[in-house]
Amino acid sequence: MKLFKQHNNVLPGFGMTLGFTIFYLSVIVLIPLSALVFRTAGLTWGQFISTVTAPRVLASYKITFGAAMIAATINSFFGVLVAWVLVRYRFPGRRMVDALVDLPFALPTAVAGITLATIYSPNGWVGRYLEPLGIKVAFTPLGIVLAMTFIGLPFVVRTVQPVIEEVEVELEEAASCLGANRWQTLQRVIFPIMAPSILTGFALSFARAVGEYGSIIFIAGNMPMVSEITPLLIITKLEQFDYQGATAIACVMLLTSFLMLLVINLLQKWSRRYAE
Amino acid sequence: MNIKKIVTTLVTLALAVSTTTAAIAADITLLNVSYDPTRELYVDINNAFAQQWQKKTGNKVTIKQSHGGSGKQARAVIDGLEADVVTLALAYDIDAIAEKGLIKPGWQKELPHNSSPYTSTIVFLVRKGNPRKIKNWDDLVKPGVSVITPNPKTSGGARWNYLAAWAYALHQPGGNDAKARDFVAKLFKNVPVLDSGARGSTNTFVQRGLGDVLLAWENEAFLAINELGPDKFEVVTPSESILAEPPVTVIDKVADKRGTRQVAEEYLKFLYTDEGQKIAAKHYYRPINTKIPIKLAKLKLYTIDKAFGGWQKAQKTHFADGGTFDQIYAPSK
Amino acid sequence: MSAPVSSVHKPIKQKDRAQTEPAVVRWLLIATALVFLALFLLLPLAAVFSQAFEKGLTVYLDALKEPDTLSSIKLTLITAAVTVPLNLFFGVTAAWAIAKFSFPGKNLLITLIDLPFSVSPVISGLIYVLIFGLQGWIGPWLQEHDIKIVFAVPGIILATIFVTFPFVARELIPLMEAQGKEEEEAALVLGASGLQTFFRVTLPNIKWGIIYGVILCNARAMGEFGAVSVVSGHIRGMTNTVPLHVEILYNEYNYTAAFAVASLLAFLALITLMVKTVAEWKIRNQVEG
Repeated sequence: MKLFKQHNNVLPGFGMTLGFTIFYLSVIVLIPLSALVFRTAGLTWGQFISTVTAPRVLASYKITFGAAMIAATINSFFGVLVAWVLVRYRFPGRRMVDALVDLPFALPTAVAGITLATIYSPNGWVGRYLEPLGIKVAFTPLGIVLAMTFIGLPFVVRTVQPVIEEVEVELEEAASCLGANRWQTLQRVIFPIMAPSILTGFALSFARAVGEYGSIIFIAGNMPMVSEITPLLIITKLEQFDYQGATAIACVMLLTSFLMLLVINLLQKWSRRYAE
Repeated sequence: MNIKKIVTTLVTLALAVSTTTAAIAADITLLNVSYDPTRELYVDINNAFAQQWQKKTGNKVTIKQSHGGSGKQARAVIDGLEADVVTLALAYDIDAIAEKGLIKPGWQKELPHNSSPYTSTIVFLVRKGNPRKIKNWDDLVKPGVSVITPNPKTSGGARWNYLAAWAYALHQPGGNDAKARDFVAKLFKNVPVLDSGARGSTNTFVQRGLGDVLLAWENEAFLAINELGPDKFEVVTPSESILAEPPVTVIDKVADKRGTRQVAEEYLKFLYTDEGQKIAAKHYYRPINTKIPIKLAKLKLYTIDKAFGGWQKAQKTHFADGGTFDQIYAPSK
Repeated sequence: MSAPVSSVHKPIKQKDRAQTEPAVVRWLLIATALVFLALFLLLPLAAVFSQAFEKGLTVYLDALKEPDTLSSIKLTLITAAVTVPLNLFFGVTAAWAIAKFSFPGKNLLITLIDLPFSVSPVISGLIYVLIFGLQGWIGPWLQEHDIKIVFAVPGIILATIFVTFPFVARELIPLMEAQGKEEEEAALVLGASGLQTFFRVTLPNIKWGIIYGVILCNARAMGEFGAVSVVSGHIRGMTNTVPLHVEILYNEYNYTAAFAVASLLAFLALITLMVKTVAEWKIRNQVEG
């Protein structure tokens, strides 16, 4: 494969490995995804637009993207805090806590959903104390935010953590020598270094939350216009044998995920350049 | 670790997978694709039928079960889940399979009684002592009463719930479509959670402690009481409700291809025998053979054909996109 | 994106910092972080185990010995056993091409590899139904030839491969980029063949990265619910994986058994986290080394 010449590169196997990568990617990901687009093509443009902008569908975008946005914001705040505490401070059990951060990633989503519903429903461990305060978590939009926060947390912590680890102590020393107090140092020196990674973490946790299904349906309540997420609408359409409607909405979601990933990858490139 | 080893492992695994499937295919197996609340019923039916079949023919038959929301199950069959028979919650879902040519048209006339060997209806499950004093449909629309039902768009049972409420309002003195619509809209204003399936709703009501009353299949309500303790819940049978006829049929294409037509037909006919009917009664279905004693309360039942002009029409008016159910939830302009 | 991983870090510099927060602030921050984590992570984990063992060890063990549970465990193991090696092989080749060479369109390629990560699991299952289903592209042909893909084991495996697609690759790409290619070049100059170079030079260098990627991939493969649910057909004892079986048990009002089976997956998660911690520590040494 002489398509792209590799200057000054003596390593072998480029054509073979790239070829296989593209082949496997096509078979597993690209061709199946294209089926989605082709199925939708059975709709006229007008039908497509009216399907994906029906009031109930619009409401589901609002709740899905809105809840994902809130969850990602919560995660950015607490994720940075957790990462900072894990890197900078020493306390008993730190290693265990560090390992635990990945739990949402390793715990199957259905188990997470059932468990969260068990804990936060009005008769659950936590829910019973929130109920008298008038706070309802399970079966409300708040439940969606909760589930999304749960599954998104590791992404912020794990992107910010290495960056904090690499902050040069000298920088902070220099700042303090120049008369900055601790708050100013944090604000003016450390935060700008962390900012790109926080953004990346935010975007990752957002992207993951938007597509989440398994854990949310158990805790969301699924009320039309109020707590119905977009993936659930896709399932609902399918169950009414409306394949084209389902694939149309799926296409919108797919496009969104692709754009978000592109942005994330550009952000990472930018942050890498920033770091250098 | 080297490539050769990886390849051999993969090949071995692939072989292991294919041999397991082959081993299963060598037996006579039927796949019965059904809806959620029939799990326990068909465990018993399958055992009884397998015994009877072995006595009669000497052959062994294993019946595999698949359960889920009725619409979802129908879609799986349409998409190629090889079911020899389907036993779904409503005729509309089987019609959808027939539309794709997997079942011959007129399937509902193949077996007696619209191909429904047992019927059921919609009743209320309330908390022990009935603290809200819920006796009939009117009590469900009172302010402050919280009603649990699944989403009619995804659950067959929930469609029966919805239509039962509609039929009730329609048959009240001075009842008409507009009044029925208001009644149903008011009822759904009292619904805090719409799970996607009947079992999900029962869990919400029972396990999460949400709601004052659960609209449920009669057999589900009694099953929930048996499984979860009669000291916690009780069944309230309203004065009138809907006659739910869950139909059964052979998937012609699959049965012919797999050569299982004879067993599949016998299996469904077994549901109509005294033994099959007794098992249905035991699981709180209403057998169509009225000689089989049942422990269920009497009530006035409306049929879907009389009250709504059949499933196709009911589906289109009420549950299709933009239908009356969607209008209830549409933002007020 | 970089999956939820932090493969390459420097060792934590023991603090001798000129500047840090006052002790009060420090402990306040630690307390806040710990309370947040306890509420969000520890509590769910504790809930799973407490519900699983609610009725004692015998009930717990009986729930696990049930034939349908055993067959779901078997299916999940088979799925992972096929998925992980395939994605491992793909991950290594993709990382080799991407990390060791430069070519136009690299960013697009990386984004496409990441795509399954953010595609909703519902869609991941749906696309295979659209292709292999009876109403799909090659469904009718498959049916004539009696090949079952969706609603059978191959469909479950395919959906799982899709969902776990990026994990090994995303783990190895940054690691191999960080390591550069001088060592491989030296080996080649000294007369080693391509494969020899890979197995003797590259592989030892990325060994822990691979293990790390494999366990993440494996955890996800065994735990996937949404995508598998769409393609499974839910035939008891045949096409139910462990997460699907948990849902079924739960829907049969068999809560203790549901959480007992779920606790298996939680155990798996904990083991994953332990192996991961070790792997991370080794990677750190490797980068240093």
